[in-house]
Formats: sequence, structure tokens, C-alpha cells
Amino acid sequence: MSPLRIAAIAARALMRNKLRSFLTMLGVIIGVGAVIAMTAIGAGASARVQATFEGMGSNMLVIMSGSSQQGGARGGAGTQPTLTWTDLDAIRALPSVRLAAPSLQRPAQVMGEGQNWGTTIQGTTPELFDIRNWKIARGRFFDEDDERLGTKVAVLGNTVVQNLFGPYESPVGQVIRVGQVPFEVIGVAAPKGQTGFGQDQDDVVLIPARTFRAKLQGGLQQFIAGTVVVSATSAADAAPAQAQVEELLRARHRIASGNPDDFRVRNLSEIASAQQEGARTMTSLLAGIALVSLVVGGIGIMNIMLVSVTERTREIGLRMAVGAKPRSILTQFLVEAVALSVAGGIVGTAAGLGAAAWLVARFGWPMLVQPQIILAAVAFSAVVGVVFGMWPALQASRLDPIQALRYE
Amino acid sequence: MALIELRDVTKVYDAGDVQVRALGGVSLDVETGESIAIMGASGSGKSTLMNVLGCLDRPTSGSYRLAGEDVGALDRNRLAEIRNRTLGFVFQSFNLLARTSALENVELPLLYSGASAVDRRRRALGALDRVGLADRAHHHPSQLSGGQQQRVAIARALVGEPRIILADEPTGNLDSRTSLDVMSLLQALGDSGITVVLVTHEPDISAFASRVVEMRDGLVRSDTRRPALRAVPAPVLVPVAAPPAEVSR
Repeated sequence: MSPLRIAAIAARALMRNKLRSFLTMLGVIIGVGAVIAMTAIGAGASARVQATFEGMGSNMLVIMSGSSQQGGARGGAGTQPTLTWTDLDAIRALPSVRLAAPSLQRPAQVMGEGQNWGTTIQGTTPELFDIRNWKIARGRFFDEDDERLGTKVAVLGNTVVQNLFGPYESPVGQVIRVGQVPFEVIGVAAPKGQTGFGQDQDDVVLIPARTFRAKLQGGLQQFIAGTVVVSATSAADAAPAQAQVEELLRARHRIASGNPDDFRVRNLSEIASAQQEGARTMTSLLAGIALVSLVVGGIGIMNIMLVSVTERTREIGLRMAVGAKPRSILTQFLVEAVALSVAGGIVGTAAGLGAAAWLVARFGWPMLVQPQIILAAVAFSAVVGVVFGMWPALQASRLDPIQALRYE
Repeated sequence: MALIELRDVTKVYDAGDVQVRALGGVSLDVETGESIAIMGASGSGKSTLMNVLGCLDRPTSGSYRLAGEDVGALDRNRLAEIRNRTLGFVFQSFNLLARTSALENVELPLLYSGASAVDRRRRALGALDRVGLADRAHHHPSQLSGGQQQRVAIARALVGEPRIILADEPTGNLDSRTSLDVMSLLQALGDSGITVVLVTHEPDISAFASRVVEMRDGLVRSDTRRPALRAVPAPVLVPVAAPPAEVSR
């Protein structure tokens, strides 16, 4: 007998008892719905974490110069300038490094039109905007020419704009002063919000590195008085880039093997992947709970199929009497169970997507629908149908036709 | 060679510690086209004999040859095929599938014989027409009278063009008037060359068969041939050979 024909027989049998078929499916509907909704929300949360870290800068390494040592007191990372501008050029030439930019920072009091604000002045090169995914809100970023000529221009973070100019006035074209040095405001960066550690990324004034060195920084000009921010060519390249930078700097600084580095490299993509790992674990946990409910739904199917086999004993006897082989009966009941569970899986998918969409609308949770999860959930519900339908179907196929026909 | 050949058939059931001897050595030949009534009180072994004849049960010992084939040794699958192709069953309680149209009920044996959907429909409509119920094809059993339900069951029994129809107390649930209808239908099938085996405990019903086998305690007590009583009134019958290609709904 062809599978198609058996499927038709099974479909007819299910249609004969629509309410029961629906109630039986309900367990699977809820199970699959829960899987779909949970994973959609979990994946959404994971994607949001990823987006947060991408906002901080993607595949980012931070290189800090070494520790100063005076007598017995060691000053901590960054206190002894060891990174030079030629180091930076060499880093930019590394294969795994996409971009590198200096980050020279100092706190300063900034004066605007009748207001002043204590913030951080950051001297850098145009690469930083790309590395850290800064977007411009108004005006423009400074460019290579500004860096080369050391022009006195500034790009303000949103927090600085709010405190110096208020929400209504446009700062572009205005002049601010840092100490005695006037800077023309040429742009406002789009707000980035807080970092994962609660630091306000918008409370900053960005100026060209050369200007920073000439006007604000004193002392040794050959060293970078700050850190170097590096973007690896991809997330997978972050670790190789770190190794290459370390090797390069040890060679350039002539550090004998066995001696400690005079710099430190921090890999921020590791933090991002740790956070994502956490979100993923949460998703698996939720999906696990949802899978349990799917198994419970499968037990519901087995229960109803057993009742159905008992109730339809005479029908089975009759089918055998008119020529149904045990295998045909087995297949029919198995197909009924699988049809119930797969139909439940499909309805459950729709219900799960609906529930997820509702939660998104209601609570503003992020949601990410993964097609492979939908396929897996429907496939798993089919497996549930086979596993839990097998025993009732075997019971049916092993009935003795004489006794089945006489069954009251 | 007879269509049905039973030789010293015994059937013993294990009922826990006790062994029940339902058939104690039955030998019986039935020729093609015969109409035979098996009679006996309950416990006489007539139902067991019916089950063996219907290939629903295998004899404990002895041989059963059906159309030349030794069916005593066949497995469940092969027996299912023989039931499907060679035999048709009519039961006391009709055994129609509820919430299923008369047409689909009649199609049931063809589902297991591999006939195409078009073929199934055509043959099922033809069989319903033979029992005079072509206009009830889309009625459910609950919408049919007892006599009509049994006629649907007869249509189901003959749709696979069997050589033998086994009727187990076919009139047991019917009043005497509809009993006559059903018996005349079975007689007409017998006239068309199908072998009819009737199991009954009512002498009134066995009178419509041309041969009566009486069973007692698992053995054949008497085997009598005599002219059968004609069951009238006969319902309208259409010849076997010409099932209409299209039946009006």
C-alpha cells in the first residue's frame, strides 16, 4: 500500500473526530510554540548584546604602554610611555590589523558660550571613528588633512553638547576653548550611550592627535601619551592580531625572551563573546524547558492514541477482516500520530511567532526568528509523533481480528 | 476439486489451565456456487468453523484448502491477502465505520487491494447499485435504517469480487421483513455464482440455503441437501457484469 493512501486513510480517521484531534495537538502546539517563542526572544537578547559590543567597537584590541618604576613603586599600566608613533605605523602594517588609531586622553575644563563643562579631551586620528563605529549626527568628522595640518577643530559627544549648548542650539561652527586654546566645533557625534561598564561614551571632545600633541600635551613627543586602539580584520582575527602585535612590539622594543612586556594588549572581543555565551546559555536553558513541554505533548499524543486504539478495536478488526495487513494498521496509526504532531508543530510555530511578536510589542524585548529553529521544531515534533505513536500503533497491529471484531 | 476442503480440522483454545476443544475434527467440502447454512446452538463450534473458513483463524490440526491452496500454514499477511481477494464478510452488527459515507465504507476493502481512486469509486458505486442503494452513497450509517446498513455491508463484502461470502448471523439484528430483503439479496448473489456460507441459529433463515450443515459439540451432526426456499420480495438488482460508469447523485 502506498504511503500516500495510508496518509489519506489516517487523515480521514482524524477528520472524523476533529475536536479530539485538536485537543491532542494542543500539547504539541504549546510545546513547539514555547520553543519558537523562547528561542526567538533568547536569540534576540543575544543579538542585542552583540549589537551593544559592536557599538563599542568591533573586534577591538587596546594596547597600553608599560608601567613606570621609581625605586620600589611601580606606577601601573600606561604610566611609562613606551609606545612610539613609529610603533603605531608598524602596527597598522600588520596583516590581521584592519585599522589602528592612537587614543590620547586627558581631562580638561571646556568652555563654551557662557557655560563650562569638565570632560575628557581625546586626541586621535580619523581611523578611530571607524574602529569604534562612531556615527556623525551633525557636521562632519575631522579628516586626514586636519590630522596632517594639526587644525584646531573638535567633534563633540552628545553629553558635552547638552551641557555646553543645551538641547536647542546647534554647536556646529561655534568656538569652544580648552584652556586658552580655541577650537572650532565641526561636528557632533551620534549618541552611543553607556558602555557595558556604565561609562558614558558621549562625554568626550574629539580632536586631531597632532593638534592634541601640539597644543595640549607637553613632554616627549616621540611617545604616545595614551593607548593605541586596534581593529582586527574580523572577530576570528582578534586573537591572531593580538599575538602579532605582541610579537611586533617585543621585537621593536628589543625585549629579550624571558623578560616581561613593557606594554599590555587587551582583547575586548573576548568580553563580547563571554557576554554572548551567557545569552546563548540562557537561550539553551529556555529551549530545554520548552523541549520538556514538547515531550509532555508527545505523551499526550500517546495517551490519546492508546485510547483511540481501544475505542476503535472493532474498526481495526473490520479492517483486518477485509484485508488490512498488520503493517497497514501499524502504518495507519503511526501516520495518524505523526500527522497530529506535525500539524501541532506547524500550528505551534505560528502560535509561538505570534506570542513572541506580542511580547515584543508589549515589553519591547528584542526578537530574532531563526528559520533553522522552526525547521528543527517541526522535525522534532514529527520525531515525537513517531516515538510516542509507535507503541499504540504496535498495539493496534497486534490485535487478533476475531477478538477485535467481537470487542464491545 | 471443491472450492472449500476441510479435512479433520480441529481447533483447541488454551483457556488458562483448561483446553477448550471448539472443533473436534470437521471434514467438509463446499462446491463453487453452493449456498450453505451452518446451524447450531451457541457453543456448537459454528463460529469457530466460520473463523477458520474466513481465514481469520488457523486450525490446530487438519488441513484447510481454499481454492486449492493450503491456507492452514499461511502467515498473517498472506491470510490478509486471501481475505481481501477471495472472501467477503457480512456481520450480525454490520460493522460499518461511523461518520463515514456508505460509499467510503464500501471502498474499504479496495483500499487494501491497491485499486486506484477512480477504480475504487467506480466499483464501490457499482456494488451499491447492486444492493439498490446507489442513491444513498453519501449517507452516513446513522442516516440509514438497519436493513440499509446491512445492504451497505453486503456491498462492501462483494465489492472485491470475492468467490465466497461469509455471512455470520446476517439477519440477527433485523426484523423479519428486512431479513427477507437481506436473504433475497444473498440468494441473488448465490444465483450469480458466488458461494454463500451462512451461519445462523434460526431455522427460518437456514431454509433459504440449499444445504444445511448442523453442528453440535464441535462436530458435524448432519449435512442435508434440499431445495432452498426462495426469499421474496426481491429488491431490484442490476446484473453484475454492467456496473454503470456514471451513477447520478
